[in-house]
Amino acid sequence: MSLPTPYIGHLTEEDYEHVYEPAEDSFILLDALEADAIPLRAARPSLCVEIGSGSGVVSTFLMQLLGPNQSLIIATDINPLACQATQKTSHANNVTVDLVQCNLLKPLLPRVDRGVDVLVFNPPYVPTDLAEFEQTQASASLGGAWAGGSEGMGTTTTVIELLSDLLSPQGRFYLVAVEQNRPQDIVARLQRQGLRSEVK
Amino acid sequence: MVRLITHNMLTCHVRNCTKDNFPLVFSDVELVVREAPENLDFIRRFLPKLDWAALVDTARSLGDESLPGTQPEEFTDEQLRALHHVLMEMHVEEGKMTCRGCGHIYHISNGIPNMLLAEHEVGR
Repeated sequence: MSLPTPYIGHLTEEDYEHVYEPAEDSFILLDALEADAIPLRAARPSLCVEIGSGSGVVSTFLMQLLGPNQSLIIATDINPLACQATQKTSHANNVTVDLVQCNLLKPLLPRVDRGVDVLVFNPPYVPTDLAEFEQTQASASLGGAWAGGSEGMGTTTTVIELLSDLLSPQGRFYLVAVEQNRPQDIVARLQRQGLRSEVK
Repeated sequence: MVRLITHNMLTCHVRNCTKDNFPLVFSDVELVVREAPENLDFIRRFLPKLDWAALVDTARSLGDESLPGTQPEEFTDEQLRALHHVLMEMHVEEGKMTCRGCGHIYHISNGIPNMLLAEHEVGR
Protein backbone atom coordinates (compact mmCIF):
# COMPACT_ATOMS: atom_id res chain seq x y z
CA MET A 1 0.00 0.00 0.00
CA SER A 2 1.40 3.31 -1.00
CA LEU A 3 -0.57 6.53 -1.07
CA PRO A 4 0.25 8.93 -3.89
CA THR A 5 1.86 12.24 -2.99
CA PRO A 6 -0.77 14.98 -3.30
CA TYR A 7 -0.88 16.81 -6.64
CA ILE A 8 0.79 20.23 -6.45
CA GLY A 9 1.03 21.10 -10.16
CA HIS A 10 -1.14 24.20 -9.58
CA LEU A 11 1.64 25.82 -7.52
CA THR A 12 4.08 27.87 -9.61
CA GLU A 13 7.62 29.18 -9.29
CA GLU A 14 6.02 32.48 -8.29
CA ASP A 15 4.18 30.79 -5.42
CA TYR A 16 7.45 29.26 -4.28
CA GLU A 17 8.99 32.71 -3.96
CA HIS A 18 6.68 33.17 -0.97
CA VAL A 19 5.66 29.68 0.13
CA TYR A 20 7.93 26.79 1.14
CA GLU A 21 8.19 24.32 -1.72
CA PRO A 22 7.74 20.71 -0.61
CA ALA A 23 11.19 19.28 -0.12
CA GLU A 24 12.90 16.28 1.45
CA ASP A 25 11.68 17.21 4.94
CA SER A 26 8.07 17.40 3.73
CA PHE A 27 8.33 13.96 2.17
CA ILE A 28 9.95 12.48 5.27
CA LEU A 29 6.92 13.70 7.21
CA LEU A 30 4.55 12.12 4.67
CA ASP A 31 6.50 8.86 4.98
CA ALA A 32 6.22 8.94 8.77
CA LEU A 33 2.46 9.48 8.56
CA GLU A 34 2.09 6.72 6.02
CA ALA A 35 4.14 4.32 8.13
CA ASP A 36 1.57 4.91 10.90
CA ALA A 37 -1.43 4.61 8.59
CA ILE A 38 -2.91 1.61 10.41
CA PRO A 39 -2.76 2.98 13.98
CA LEU A 40 -3.72 6.46 12.75
CA ARG A 41 -6.88 5.16 11.09
CA ALA A 42 -7.64 2.86 14.02
CA ALA A 43 -7.46 5.80 16.46
CA ARG A 44 -10.30 7.46 14.51
CA PRO A 45 -9.08 11.01 15.12
CA SER A 46 -11.85 13.59 14.81
CA LEU A 47 -9.67 16.72 15.14
CA CYS A 48 -6.32 17.14 13.41
CA VAL A 49 -4.26 20.32 13.36
CA GLU A 50 -1.25 21.20 11.24
CA ILE A 51 0.80 24.19 12.27
CA GLY A 52 2.50 26.05 9.41
CA SER A 53 0.94 24.15 6.53
CA GLY A 54 2.83 25.96 3.73
CA SER A 55 2.02 24.34 0.39
CA GLY A 56 -0.63 22.19 2.07
CA VAL A 57 0.90 18.93 0.95
CA VAL A 58 0.98 17.42 4.46
CA SER A 59 -2.57 18.34 5.55
CA THR A 60 -3.90 17.11 2.24
CA PHE A 61 -1.98 13.86 2.54
CA LEU A 62 -3.22 13.29 6.08
CA MET A 63 -6.83 13.75 5.00
CA GLN A 64 -6.33 11.34 2.11
CA LEU A 65 -4.80 8.85 4.49
CA LEU A 66 -7.66 9.07 7.01
CA GLY A 67 -10.31 8.88 4.29
CA PRO A 68 -12.96 11.34 3.12
CA ASN A 69 -15.04 13.05 5.80
CA GLN A 70 -13.49 11.06 8.62
CA SER A 71 -11.90 13.97 10.44
CA LEU A 72 -11.67 17.75 10.65
CA ILE A 73 -8.27 19.21 9.90
CA ILE A 74 -7.49 22.80 10.73
CA ALA A 75 -4.32 24.06 9.07
CA THR A 76 -2.66 27.26 10.18
CA ASP A 77 0.03 29.49 8.73
CA ILE A 78 1.13 33.04 9.51
CA ASN A 79 1.79 33.61 5.81
CA PRO A 80 -1.44 34.46 3.91
CA LEU A 81 0.02 33.14 0.66
CA ALA A 82 0.75 29.82 2.36
CA CYS A 83 -2.88 29.68 3.57
CA GLN A 84 -4.03 30.22 -0.01
CA ALA A 85 -1.59 27.60 -1.30
CA THR A 86 -2.87 25.06 1.24
CA GLN A 87 -6.44 25.80 0.22
CA LYS A 88 -5.60 25.35 -3.47
CA THR A 89 -3.77 22.09 -2.80
CA SER A 90 -6.64 20.66 -0.80
CA HIS A 91 -9.14 21.61 -3.52
CA ALA A 92 -6.94 20.18 -6.27
CA ASN A 93 -6.89 16.86 -4.41
CA ASN A 94 -10.59 16.82 -3.50
CA VAL A 95 -10.13 16.97 0.25
CA THR A 96 -11.31 19.58 2.71
CA VAL A 97 -8.82 21.48 4.86
CA ASP A 98 -10.02 24.40 6.99
CA LEU A 99 -7.52 27.27 7.10
CA VAL A 100 -6.82 29.81 9.81
CA GLN A 101 -4.19 32.50 9.28
CA CYS A 102 -2.54 32.90 12.66
CA ASN A 103 0.62 32.49 14.69
CA LEU A 104 1.06 28.79 15.59
CA LEU A 105 -2.43 27.88 16.84
CA LYS A 106 -3.17 30.73 19.23
CA PRO A 107 -6.87 31.31 18.44
CA LEU A 108 -7.49 27.57 18.82
CA LEU A 109 -5.82 27.17 22.21
CA PRO A 110 -8.67 27.83 24.67
CA ARG A 111 -11.17 25.67 22.82
CA VAL A 112 -9.11 22.68 21.74
CA ASP A 113 -8.27 22.02 25.39
CA ARG A 114 -6.78 18.52 25.18
CA GLY A 115 -8.86 17.74 22.12
CA VAL A 116 -6.29 17.51 19.34
CA ASP A 117 -6.03 13.91 18.17
CA VAL A 118 -3.28 14.46 15.62
CA LEU A 119 -0.94 17.45 15.65
CA VAL A 120 1.56 17.88 12.83
CA PHE A 121 4.38 20.39 12.69
CA ASN A 122 7.21 20.80 10.22
CA PRO A 123 8.76 23.77 12.00
CA PRO A 124 11.34 26.31 10.94
CA TYR A 125 14.23 24.19 12.26
CA VAL A 126 17.37 25.74 10.76
CA PRO A 127 19.58 27.28 13.45
CA THR A 128 19.84 31.05 12.97
CA ASP A 129 20.49 34.03 15.19
CA LEU A 130 17.58 35.39 17.21
CA ALA A 131 17.23 38.54 15.09
CA GLU A 132 16.70 36.56 11.89
CA PHE A 133 14.22 34.25 13.63
CA GLU A 134 12.19 37.16 14.99
CA GLN A 135 12.31 39.17 11.79
CA THR A 136 11.18 36.30 9.55
CA GLN A 137 8.36 35.37 11.92
CA ALA A 138 7.19 38.99 12.23
CA SER A 139 7.17 39.49 8.47
CA ALA A 140 5.41 36.13 7.91
CA SER A 141 7.63 35.61 4.87
CA LEU A 142 9.22 32.56 3.28
CA GLY A 143 12.19 32.82 5.65
CA GLY A 144 9.78 32.13 8.49
CA ALA A 145 9.38 28.63 7.09
CA TRP A 146 12.98 27.70 7.93
CA ALA A 147 14.72 30.26 10.19
CA GLY A 148 14.50 28.57 13.59
CA GLY A 149 16.51 30.71 16.01
CA SER A 150 18.85 29.21 18.60
CA GLU A 151 19.52 25.53 17.77
CA GLY A 152 16.59 25.85 15.36
CA MET A 153 14.24 25.37 18.30
CA GLY A 154 12.55 28.80 18.46
CA THR A 155 9.02 27.71 17.59
CA THR A 156 9.43 24.01 18.37
CA THR A 157 10.06 24.76 22.05
CA THR A 158 6.92 26.91 22.22
CA VAL A 159 4.79 24.14 20.73
CA ILE A 160 6.30 21.43 22.94
CA GLU A 161 5.46 23.51 26.01
CA LEU A 162 1.83 23.64 24.88
CA LEU A 163 1.48 19.92 24.14
CA SER A 164 -0.04 18.89 27.48
CA ASP A 165 -2.87 21.38 26.90
CA LEU A 166 -3.33 20.37 23.29
CA LEU A 167 -3.25 16.63 22.87
CA SER A 168 -6.18 14.36 23.62
CA PRO A 169 -5.43 11.29 25.78
CA GLN A 170 -4.70 9.23 22.66
CA GLY A 171 -3.29 12.24 20.78
CA ARG A 172 -0.27 11.99 18.51
CA PHE A 173 2.26 14.68 17.63
CA TYR A 174 4.41 14.47 14.50
CA LEU A 175 7.39 16.81 14.45
CA VAL A 176 10.19 17.25 11.91
CA ALA A 177 13.62 17.83 13.41
CA VAL A 178 17.24 17.85 12.23
CA GLU A 179 20.44 16.83 14.06
CA GLN A 180 21.15 20.42 15.19
CA ASN A 181 17.82 20.40 17.06
CA ARG A 182 19.18 17.47 19.13
CA PRO A 183 16.33 15.03 18.55
CA GLN A 184 17.32 12.89 21.55
CA ASP A 185 16.94 15.93 23.81
CA ILE A 186 13.49 16.53 22.34
CA VAL A 187 12.54 12.93 23.07
CA ALA A 188 13.82 13.21 26.65
CA ARG A 189 11.90 16.40 27.11
CA LEU A 190 8.66 14.88 25.79
CA GLN A 191 9.14 11.88 28.06
CA ARG A 192 9.51 14.20 31.04
CA GLN A 193 6.10 15.59 30.06
CA GLY A 194 4.74 12.08 30.23
CA LEU A 195 4.56 11.58 26.46
CA ARG A 196 5.82 8.42 24.83
CA SER A 197 8.08 9.45 21.97
CA GLU A 198 10.46 8.04 19.40
CA VAL A 199 12.75 9.18 16.59
CA LYS A 200 11.97 7.64 13.21
CA MET B 1 -13.67 28.45 4.08
CA VAL B 2 -14.83 29.16 7.57
CA ARG B 3 -17.23 26.36 8.34
CA LEU B 4 -19.16 26.50 11.58
CA ILE B 5 -17.26 23.46 12.87
CA THR B 6 -14.04 25.48 12.71
CA HIS B 7 -15.65 28.71 13.89
CA ASN B 8 -16.67 26.77 17.02
CA MET B 9 -12.94 26.35 17.79
CA LEU B 10 -11.89 30.01 17.40
CA THR B 11 -11.41 32.39 20.31
CA CYS B 12 -10.27 36.01 20.39
CA HIS B 13 -6.67 36.08 21.60
CA VAL B 14 -6.03 39.79 21.93
CA ARG B 15 -3.91 40.62 24.98
CA ASN B 16 -5.97 40.79 28.18
CA CYS B 17 -9.17 39.81 26.37
CA THR B 18 -10.49 37.00 28.55
CA LYS B 19 -14.20 37.75 28.89
CA ASP B 20 -16.86 37.15 26.21
CA ASN B 21 -14.06 36.24 23.79
CA PHE B 22 -16.04 33.29 22.39
CA PRO B 23 -17.89 32.77 20.12
CA LEU B 24 -16.89 35.44 17.63
CA VAL B 25 -19.90 37.14 16.08
CA PHE B 26 -20.32 37.07 12.30
CA SER B 27 -21.34 40.15 10.34
CA ASP B 28 -21.38 41.31 6.70
CA VAL B 29 -21.33 37.67 5.78
CA GLU B 30 -21.29 36.03 2.36
CA LEU B 31 -22.64 32.59 3.14
CA VAL B 32 -22.32 29.71 0.69
CA VAL B 33 -23.89 26.30 1.20
CA ARG B 34 -21.93 23.44 -0.35
CA GLU B 35 -23.23 19.93 -0.12
CA ALA B 36 -20.81 17.61 1.65
CA PRO B 37 -20.97 13.82 1.82
CA GLU B 38 -22.62 12.75 5.04
CA ASN B 39 -20.69 10.91 7.71
CA LEU B 40 -22.93 10.85 10.77
CA ASP B 41 -20.43 8.71 12.62
CA PHE B 42 -17.88 11.52 12.36
CA ILE B 43 -20.47 14.05 13.56
CA ARG B 44 -21.17 11.80 16.56
CA ARG B 45 -17.46 11.49 17.35
CA PHE B 46 -17.01 15.25 17.14
CA LEU B 47 -19.88 16.06 19.53
CA PRO B 48 -17.78 16.14 22.72
CA LYS B 49 -15.58 18.83 21.16
CA LEU B 50 -18.43 21.19 20.34
CA ASP B 51 -19.65 24.12 22.40
CA TRP B 52 -23.35 23.60 21.79
CA ALA B 53 -24.68 26.97 22.95
CA ALA B 54 -22.14 28.82 20.82
CA LEU B 55 -22.96 26.69 17.80
CA VAL B 56 -26.71 27.20 18.10
CA ASP B 57 -26.33 30.98 18.58
CA THR B 58 -24.03 31.21 15.59
CA ALA B 59 -26.22 29.06 13.33
CA ARG B 60 -29.26 31.15 14.26
CA SER B 61 -27.34 34.38 13.59
CA LEU B 62 -26.84 33.04 10.05
CA GLY B 63 -30.53 32.17 9.67
CA ASP B 64 -30.42 28.45 10.44
CA GLU B 65 -32.94 27.48 13.12
CA SER B 66 -32.64 23.71 12.75
CA LEU B 67 -30.75 22.98 16.00
CA PRO B 68 -32.50 22.62 19.38
CA GLY B 69 -31.50 25.16 22.03
CA THR B 70 -30.32 22.51 24.45
CA GLN B 71 -28.11 19.67 23.34
CA PRO B 72 -30.11 16.42 23.08
CA GLU B 73 -28.81 13.59 25.25
CA GLU B 74 -29.44 11.16 22.44
CA PHE B 75 -29.39 12.42 18.89
CA THR B 76 -31.80 11.06 16.29
CA ASP B 77 -30.39 10.59 12.78
CA GLU B 78 -32.50 13.53 11.70
CA GLN B 79 -30.87 15.74 14.32
CA LEU B 80 -27.42 14.50 13.30
CA ARG B 81 -28.23 15.36 9.69
CA ALA B 82 -29.21 18.89 10.71
CA LEU B 83 -25.95 19.11 12.62
CA HIS B 84 -24.00 17.82 9.62
CA HIS B 85 -25.54 20.57 7.51
CA VAL B 86 -24.73 23.31 10.02
CA LEU B 87 -21.18 22.15 10.75
CA MET B 88 -19.98 20.91 7.38
CA GLU B 89 -22.01 22.62 4.67
CA MET B 90 -22.37 26.25 5.76
CA HIS B 91 -19.31 28.17 4.56
CA VAL B 92 -18.64 31.79 5.36
CA GLU B 93 -16.58 32.99 2.41
CA GLU B 94 -16.37 36.70 3.20
CA GLY B 95 -17.22 38.77 6.24
CA LYS B 96 -16.14 39.71 9.70
CA MET B 97 -15.93 38.02 13.08
CA THR B 98 -16.16 40.39 16.01
CA CYS B 99 -15.17 39.71 19.61
CA ARG B 100 -17.97 40.59 22.01
CA GLY B 101 -15.42 41.21 24.74
CA CYS B 102 -12.90 43.60 23.25
CA GLY B 103 -14.50 44.49 19.93
CA HIS B 104 -11.58 43.25 17.83
CA ILE B 105 -12.63 42.48 14.27
CA TYR B 106 -11.16 39.53 12.38
CA HIS B 107 -11.69 39.62 8.63
CA ILE B 108 -12.52 36.66 6.45
CA SER B 109 -11.39 36.79 2.84
CA ASN B 110 -11.71 34.01 0.27
CA GLY B 111 -12.85 31.75 3.07
CA ILE B 112 -9.71 32.29 5.17
CA PRO B 113 -10.04 34.07 8.51
CA ASN B 114 -7.12 36.35 9.30
CA MET B 115 -6.48 35.89 13.02
CA LEU B 116 -2.94 37.19 12.98
CA LEU B 117 -2.53 39.98 15.50
CA ALA B 118 -0.12 42.89 15.44
CA GLU B 119 2.66 42.55 18.01
CA HIS B 120 1.12 45.07 20.43
CA GLU B 121 -2.18 43.15 20.39
CA VAL B 122 -0.68 39.76 21.23
CA GLY B 123 -1.37 38.33 24.66
CA ARG B 124 -0.40 34.74 25.24
